[in-house]
Amino acid sequence: MSEFELDARRLLCPMPVIKTQDRIKGMNSGDQLTVTCTDPGVLEDIPAWCRINGHEVISSRQQDSEIHITIRVRNE
Amino acid sequence: MSHTPKAVALISGGLDSLLAAKVIQDQGVHVEGINFYTGFCVEGHTHAIRNKDKQKAKRNNALWVAEQLGIKLHIIEVIEEYKDVVLNPKHGYGQNMNPCLDCKIFMVNKAQAWAWMEENQFDFIITGEVIGQRPKSQRKDTMPVIAKESGADDRLLRPLCAKNLPATLPEREGWVNRDDLYDFHGRNRKPQIALAHKFGFTDFAQPAGGCCFLTDQSYSSKLKDLWSARGERTYELDDIMLLKVGRHVRPQPHYKLIIGREEGENNYLSGYRNEFTSIKTISHKGPLALVDGKVNDADLAEAAAIVARYSQGRDAESVEVEITDRDGVIKRQRFEPMPPPEVEQSWHV
Repeated sequence: MSEFELDARRLLCPMPVIKTQDRIKGMNSGDQLTVTCTDPGVLEDIPAWCRINGHEVISSRQQDSEIHITIRVRNE
Repeated sequence: MSHTPKAVALISGGLDSLLAAKVIQDQGVHVEGINFYTGFCVEGHTHAIRNKDKQKAKRNNALWVAEQLGIKLHIIEVIEEYKDVVLNPKHGYGQNMNPCLDCKIFMVNKAQAWAWMEENQFDFIITGEVIGQRPKSQRKDTMPVIAKESGADDRLLRPLCAKNLPATLPEREGWVNRDDLYDFHGRNRKPQIALAHKFGFTDFAQPAGGCCFLTDQSYSSKLKDLWSARGERTYELDDIMLLKVGRHVRPQPHYKLIIGREEGENNYLSGYRNEFTSIKTISHKGPLALVDGKVNDADLAEAAAIVARYSQGRDAESVEVEITDRDGVIKRQRFEPMPPPEVEQSWHV
């Protein structure tokens, strides 16, 4: 299992979702990706994208103006 | 083992593409969605910017549709490629700056030419188009144009109006049953609403003008003004994002102000303070404004008086404002708010 990070700060939805989608494509099942964002829209959109595509949001926290979402990848 | 047919559905987030995908899914076809992000999409983030909409869910409607259907959704960013559609539409614009016909051709072509579709053995493409629904792009005579110019030809199926069109490959091959498709036509939305209720869908999105800002008259005016002021028809993503936000006032041909209308917009505009000179009222509650264009001190004094006019100090003798240039150099000065009659209506873009 490897851990990765993605900086999606200052991007407005759906760009953080697109960046997350494209980053996860090259990862293996069980890997974790932590996405850092500033658009509060990601609190709805990234979990929705994960539910649709079978990935798991394992944590979501807001610190000042930044949001950190950690995803466990489940690629087929 | 028999082949399970596979279809890619163009998902805008609106009702028609939701229904089209559902109709085909219910025929046993494996459906996955594709959604293109052009930069002009009416997305949840636009609502997120403005405080007045904060009670609404900030959902992305394309994701919501995919979740309702239980299908995968592939979101593809096409901002750069899409510029040619906006700047040079072969079939022209609709009522505003909406190149709807070229846009549909572009999107069907992108889906059709998408290597992933062939690699994963997808058989056909579906859209939520309905003959007569849109005056520019969804007419009986434009349906074959889209199929031909996109390269999809008869692999393009419109489940909601298929019975009004010649049979396509999926129908002829028996991948879908034509009898279970629909013959919707015209601008009447009642058949779609009835079908949505039949499927049990509620809370679906039906934005006026569709899912694109280019159908909006006010937005289109701002885009034309941007091109006119620059003397060239070009744009970057930040340009078209900023057109969605604030009050745009152009007192002089060489500069305009983007004035936040409430706190959410002020917060959003503050993210651009390193790229624009900004003006903020200090002595009274008021907006943050960006100055777009090269300005001198006289222009800045005029701009500050306009911004002061939109603050709570509009009736005061003077309002203190903070002017910050792109290097972060701050100047504070008092200005007399410009009286409303002097803020000419023609300045409002």
